[in-house]
Amino acid sequence: MLVDGPVNARTVVAANEPARAAGLYVGQRLTAAHALLAQFDAVPYDAESVEKWHRFLAAIAYRYSSDVCLLPHAIVLEVSRSMGLFGPWPRLESMLRADLTALGFRHRVAAAPTPHAAYILAGVSDGQAVLTDDTLLRALKQVPIKKSRLPAAAASLPGMGVRTLGQLMALPRDGLRRRFGAELLATLDRITGDVPSGLDNFRPPDVFDLRIELLHEVENQAMLVFPVRRMTGDLAAYLAGRDGGVQQFLLRLEHRDDRHTDVVVGLLAAERDAGMLFEFARGRLEHVVLAEPVMALRLVARDLPAFVPAGRDLFDERPANALRIEQLRERLRARLGGAAVYHLGSTTDPRPERAQRVAATGEVAIERHPRPTWLLERPIPLRGHTPLILSGPERLETGWWDDGEVCRDYYVVETSLGQHAWAFCPPGEQAGWMIHGWFA
Amino acid sequence: MAAVVALSTLIEGRQVWRGREAPAPAGDQPTGWKVLDALLPAGGWPDASLSEILLPADGVGELQLVLPTLARLTKGKRHVVVVAPPYAPCVAGWRQHGVDMRRVEIVSAMDKDVLWATEQCLRSGSCSAVLAWPRQADDRALRRLQVAADTGKALAFAFRDRRHLSNASPAALRLELEATPRPQIWVRKCRGGNAPSQPVALTRYVH
Repeated sequence: MLVDGPVNARTVVAANEPARAAGLYVGQRLTAAHALLAQFDAVPYDAESVEKWHRFLAAIAYRYSSDVCLLPHAIVLEVSRSMGLFGPWPRLESMLRADLTALGFRHRVAAAPTPHAAYILAGVSDGQAVLTDDTLLRALKQVPIKKSRLPAAAASLPGMGVRTLGQLMALPRDGLRRRFGAELLATLDRITGDVPSGLDNFRPPDVFDLRIELLHEVENQAMLVFPVRRMTGDLAAYLAGRDGGVQQFLLRLEHRDDRHTDVVVGLLAAERDAGMLFEFARGRLEHVVLAEPVMALRLVARDLPAFVPAGRDLFDERPANALRIEQLRERLRARLGGAAVYHLGSTTDPRPERAQRVAATGEVAIERHPRPTWLLERPIPLRGHTPLILSGPERLETGWWDDGEVCRDYYVVETSLGQHAWAFCPPGEQAGWMIHGWFA
Repeated sequence: MAAVVALSTLIEGRQVWRGREAPAPAGDQPTGWKVLDALLPAGGWPDASLSEILLPADGVGELQLVLPTLARLTKGKRHVVVVAPPYAPCVAGWRQHGVDMRRVEIVSAMDKDVLWATEQCLRSGSCSAVLAWPRQADDRALRRLQVAADTGKALAFAFRDRRHLSNASPAALRLELEATPRPQIWVRKCRGGNAPSQPVALTRYVH
C-alpha cells in the first residue's frame, strides 16, 4: 500500500487487491485504514521516483513512435505512422507489452484515434483497440463519468443523473458551457478529436542516469550482480529507444556518508546489447575491491554515440553463433584490462627497440635485412661457447640526436642448443654478444 | 586352365586393379611445408583442432613452422590471435614471412588468465588461428581448448616444453621439434593415421 501526505494526516494513495478487499480505499486516512486492517505494509509514495520512471518509460516508448506525450500516469504514442514499420496494431501492441513486461511494469494498453480518448479507454479496461471514429463514439458512450478523467467541474454530473459520457455528449452545448464553463466543452472536443489535443511532445533526455537503492547493505560483489543486470537491461532498452549505443558508462557504488566507488566501463565501439553491456559491467566489477558496504548503485551514461550495427556477409562461413571480433576484444578487455588487446605496427625508426609500436599504422617497406620473429624487450648477454655466425654483420648506427644512440653490429648466430639468435656486439669486435631476438 | 595368359597382357589391357596408395587429400589447412603436408593424414593442420608443438628451447624454428599458415590466413583477411607470447613478436620479422600484422591481435594475460583467454578466442568463431603458450596446462585444460577449437572452427596452436611429451594429450596433432644435432620435426601423434617413424628435416632459413 502506498501512503502520502503530512506525517499527522497520511492518506492512502494506492492499495493492492487484498487491502481493497478488506475495505481500504484510495483517499482513506491511514488511521482509519489501521482500524480496518491490523497488518499491512505502508510504503511512502515517492512522487519524484514516479516521475522519473514515467520519463524512463516514455524514453522506452520512443522507440515505437517519434510522437510521445506524457499524461498523468500515462504515456501516449502516435502509432498510425509506426504501424507501417512494426505491423498492424495487435502486433505492435504485443511488442509494447513484451517490452513493458520484460522491464517489470504492470500496464494497460488501449488504442484510439485521439490521445485523450485512448487515455480514457486505458483507464476503463485493458486491451481496447478502437481504430475508427464511429466505434470510438460508441465506446466512449459507455464510459462512466467517474472514469472519464474530465475536469473537476464535472464531479457533480452523476448527481444530476448524467452517468456516462454518452449522456453528457447528448446534452446541449450551450447549457453545458453556461453551467460548467468552457473548459469542460474543450475537454470533450479534445476527446472526440474536434480540436487538436494540445499535448507537448516528449523528448528523451540525452543522459541516462539510473539509481537503485539496495534494500540492505551489500558487502560482496556477487550480490551486486542482479541489480547491475537490471540496470544494464534498462540502459539497453533506453539505447534501443533512441537508436543509439553507449561508448562509456559509469557505475557508481554508493557507500555511507556520501562516499562512493566509481567503476568506469569503457568500450572500443558503441554497443547496445543488454547481454554484452551486462557482461562488460560484471567483468569490471569483479576487479573492484569493496572497502565498504554498498548502499546504492547508480549508472550514468553520457557518451551516447550513434550505434552502427556491424554488417555480416550473407555468405559468412563462420559458425552461426560467432562473436564479432570487436565483441571478442571487449570481452577480453573487460577481464584482462583496457590495454590487454593490441596490434603491433612498424615505425620508420631503424632501432629495433623503436621499430615497432602498439597500434602503429604507418605503411613501412618490408625490411631487407634479416629480422627475428621474437624480439627481446631488453637484450640479454649470450653466455657459453662462442656462437656460430650464420650471417652478418649489419651495422646499425643511429639515434645520436635523441639520446638513444646505438652503434651495433647485428649478426645471426646459432647457439650450442641449436637456437638461432639475433645478436649484436660492439662494432668490429665479435665478442661480448648480446642476444636481441630469436629466429623462432 | 587351357589358356595361359601372360601377365603383361593383362596389365597392359588394364583389366586388373592394382592396389595403389590413394593420393593424399589436399588439406584445407596446408602448413606451407610440403614435406610436412605429405606426412600428415589431413594434408596439413587438422582443421578446427588443437595442434601441440613441443620444443626443447625457444628460437628453434617453432614460429617458422606456423608463419606460412598465419601469412595465408591474414592475407585472407582472417584474424589471428597470439595469447601471452613469451617475447614480443618482432613486426619486421613477421612481415618478412608475409604476415599482415593488422590482423594479428596480441593479448597480454597473466598466467591464470591465459587458458581462459585462449578458450574465449577459440570459441568466439571470429579468429582463424590462436597461438598460445600455456604454462599450467593439464590434460583437462588442453581438452577444453580442443573442444573450443572445434566449436569456433579455429586452428589452435599450443607451444609447450618438450618434457610434456611423456604426458598423454588430447591434441589432434603433436609435433616435436629437435634442434640438435640437426633441426628436424617428429610427428608424435596425428589423428587419422599412424605417426610416421621418421622425422622430417626442418629447413631453417634466415631472410
